[in-house]
Amino acid sequence: MDVLAIFTAVMEPHLLLTVLLCTLYGAFVGSMPGLTATMAVALLVPFTYFMGPAQAVAAIVATTTTAIFAGDISGALLKMPGTPASAAYVEDSYILSMNGKPRTTLFTSLIAGVLGGIIGVIILAFATPQLARLSASFSSDEAFWLATLGLSCAVFVGGASVARNFASLFIGLAIATVGIDVAVGHPRYTFGLEDLYDGVSFIPAMIGLFALSELLRNAGSGEETRLGRISIEPLFTGLRDAWREIWHRKLAVLRSGVGGTVIGALPGAGADVAAWIAYALSRRFSKTPEKFGKGHIEGIVDGGAANNAAVAGAWTPALVFGIPGDSVTAIAIGVLLMKGLTPGPDIFTTDATLVYTIFGAFLVANVLMLLTGGLAVAVATHILRIPRAVLMPLVLMLSMIGAYAIMGSTMAIWIVLVLGLLGFAMAWAQIPLAPAILGIVLGKVVESNFMVSMMKAQGNLMGFFERDAAAVLGVVTLIVWGLLLVRAALEIIGRHNTLSAKDAKK
Amino acid sequence: MKKTVQVAALATTLAVSGTALLAQDSCDWKPERAVTYVVPWGAGGGTDANSRMMATLLEQAWGVPFNVVNRTGGNGVTGHSAISRAEPDGYTVGAVTVEINTMHWVGLTDMTWEDITPIALIDIVPASVLVGKDSPFTSVTELLDHARANPGDLTASGTSLGGIWHLALAGMLNAEGMAPDAIRWIPSQGAAPALQELVAGGVDVASPALSEGKTLVESGEVRALAYMHDAPMSALPDVPLTAEALDSGWTLAAYISVSGPDEMPENIVCSYEKAIAEVVASDEWAEFKASRGAEVVDMGAADLAAYMEQQDAALGEVIQAVGLAK
Repeated sequence: MDVLAIFTAVMEPHLLLTVLLCTLYGAFVGSMPGLTATMAVALLVPFTYFMGPAQAVAAIVATTTTAIFAGDISGALLKMPGTPASAAYVEDSYILSMNGKPRTTLFTSLIAGVLGGIIGVIILAFATPQLARLSASFSSDEAFWLATLGLSCAVFVGGASVARNFASLFIGLAIATVGIDVAVGHPRYTFGLEDLYDGVSFIPAMIGLFALSELLRNAGSGEETRLGRISIEPLFTGLRDAWREIWHRKLAVLRSGVGGTVIGALPGAGADVAAWIAYALSRRFSKTPEKFGKGHIEGIVDGGAANNAAVAGAWTPALVFGIPGDSVTAIAIGVLLMKGLTPGPDIFTTDATLVYTIFGAFLVANVLMLLTGGLAVAVATHILRIPRAVLMPLVLMLSMIGAYAIMGSTMAIWIVLVLGLLGFAMAWAQIPLAPAILGIVLGKVVESNFMVSMMKAQGNLMGFFERDAAAVLGVVTLIVWGLLLVRAALEIIGRHNTLSAKDAKK
Repeated sequence: MKKTVQVAALATTLAVSGTALLAQDSCDWKPERAVTYVVPWGAGGGTDANSRMMATLLEQAWGVPFNVVNRTGGNGVTGHSAISRAEPDGYTVGAVTVEINTMHWVGLTDMTWEDITPIALIDIVPASVLVGKDSPFTSVTELLDHARANPGDLTASGTSLGGIWHLALAGMLNAEGMAPDAIRWIPSQGAAPALQELVAGGVDVASPALSEGKTLVESGEVRALAYMHDAPMSALPDVPLTAEALDSGWTLAAYISVSGPDEMPENIVCSYEKAIAEVVASDEWAEFKASRGAEVVDMGAADLAAYMEQQDAALGEVIQAVGLAK
């Protein structure tokens, strides 16, 4: 492979301009509540007809990475995560922003995201075939265990008790049962409404649970935040503090970046699971786990690095086997085929220059994202100055339109309204909201893999442990569950003891 | 609400048949504003790619935007009803796929191919019979002999239960005189997860569209034992055809069409037919088809209607044999 040829191809002005424009576009779409990375990429497709292969793929890559990061912007400023991946640390980033540090928070997730993305590209450049081998060994058994492990991570988030986290998770899982059953195609809880056949999609669910419930809570409180008197730190201070935070946690960034790439490459997982597992690990290894969920930056660093690394990881099965890891790479494969490039193990020999140009563009996209993402943060943080009473209804209107656009039916609006009330009730009962989102996103994944495995093994539960990789993952998951149950029991006993101690004093 | 829809539909039907009589046979209708192109399946799939390319080329031909909208959900019901129920004024067309001939048999909807207006066929997608690279089977007859001797031993995947690729496999077993579940069907959410299972060794057989498995076949990860068609395709010319390899001569192909809403006036239909025929004959379309390893197909409205009717009966038979009919 000719390094110089690749370098000139990557530095070609048209390519750079495409990447720059697409990072701006991705930042815009990602930060709009209700618009997703997948939607952004689908809208790009007609333009890619007129581009060369490297330029077309660079456009898709640049748009996705920035859109995934930009999901953090609405999360931190409005408590409305743009992607399920951002939902893992939304409590932390929102509290930090409300305490006058929106820029530090967002620059931290931006830099962490950029570094995670770069780690992902480096791994892609050197180990794509090996990673693809790993992902190809995953059948429904392994995918089931990975998804359940992801679900267990929900219990680690937030400041709430284990029992409350479980409650939230199960509310999410219950919502995920709505729609056509994945195994036998039977409609459940749809009340004969065709619009519910596809289930409750996570965009309207997130808008309802987070945004609408926050709006209701805001309306009922006389807090200062209603009047837009939140202070915003100077740009430079934010940047400096963010960098200090990242530098302080450089090893954690590396760990989350590598972990995120690997998880992103595995089928059935993707950026969402990567961010949640990184957040849970971050809390597990932290010296101050009790601060998580109350405005602590550690989880934002780790989760932010992991979800952008996972975006890169998702390309491995697509490039090597032509099997898309997520809906974005599914579109990308279509574009590659249209450009006369057939994904496959040979792509690294037959089209080496092009493949490495694509990786180069990946790298450039991540670097340029620092610029455009930074610009987006600098501009977007000003919306905190708008009085909440004016801002929130506007946001609600925009996100309703977004929800409607995703589903193309008024059912989306009903889902937002119903889940908004549910979210309000949950907040009132001090049940955290984030685990419910994970339940909604992963419920179908867990169920379909479970059903597929059961059908393959003809109802034999031991089938889940018959393959080597599945057995290892299964045992790890069961140990995590065991530990969680013990912790929950200790929490209850502890509370009981303090209560009886108080009684004794009386 | 249903009633209002019906009344409205009746009213438009009456109005439309009036205009149809007046404007018959003048195939010079042209859209004057943006056209909505409904795709019932997700972005990134074969239907999406074909439809987006067709939309782009129609946009060039007519000079108005063709907006592709992916109305997914309900195993295709949502998008197909959106096409069927739209105003038949030429400003909504869509990609009606083979599922219009299966959905009503399995009880997902009452809508049939008679509730849409066929315009042109743009893609034919034969099913395939794929096994992993370590599989002991080297021909489709060996595979079927094993299934005949050990019913229920092998598993296969490719789509949901009752989906088109399930019918392809079960129909083949049925045509060869076996129980349709002699190879057990493992449902999946589309072809990609099924191919993942096949590569990982989770299932023994996959029967998705040949085009979907093409990459894996070419890279040697997966072996194609046959595809369910009667004419060899230039993309993989060495793979045997079921029409030749099997005594029953079984074949099954999915299709993608451009169709309009119910009761679309004749002059709009034939205008679309003419424009699409020109697109299909173009070099750009040929190049696009070649890049996907597919053949250019050219079939107008009348032939397509007959084709849909024939497919409907054939697939209905398979669905009844498999025991999924409702």
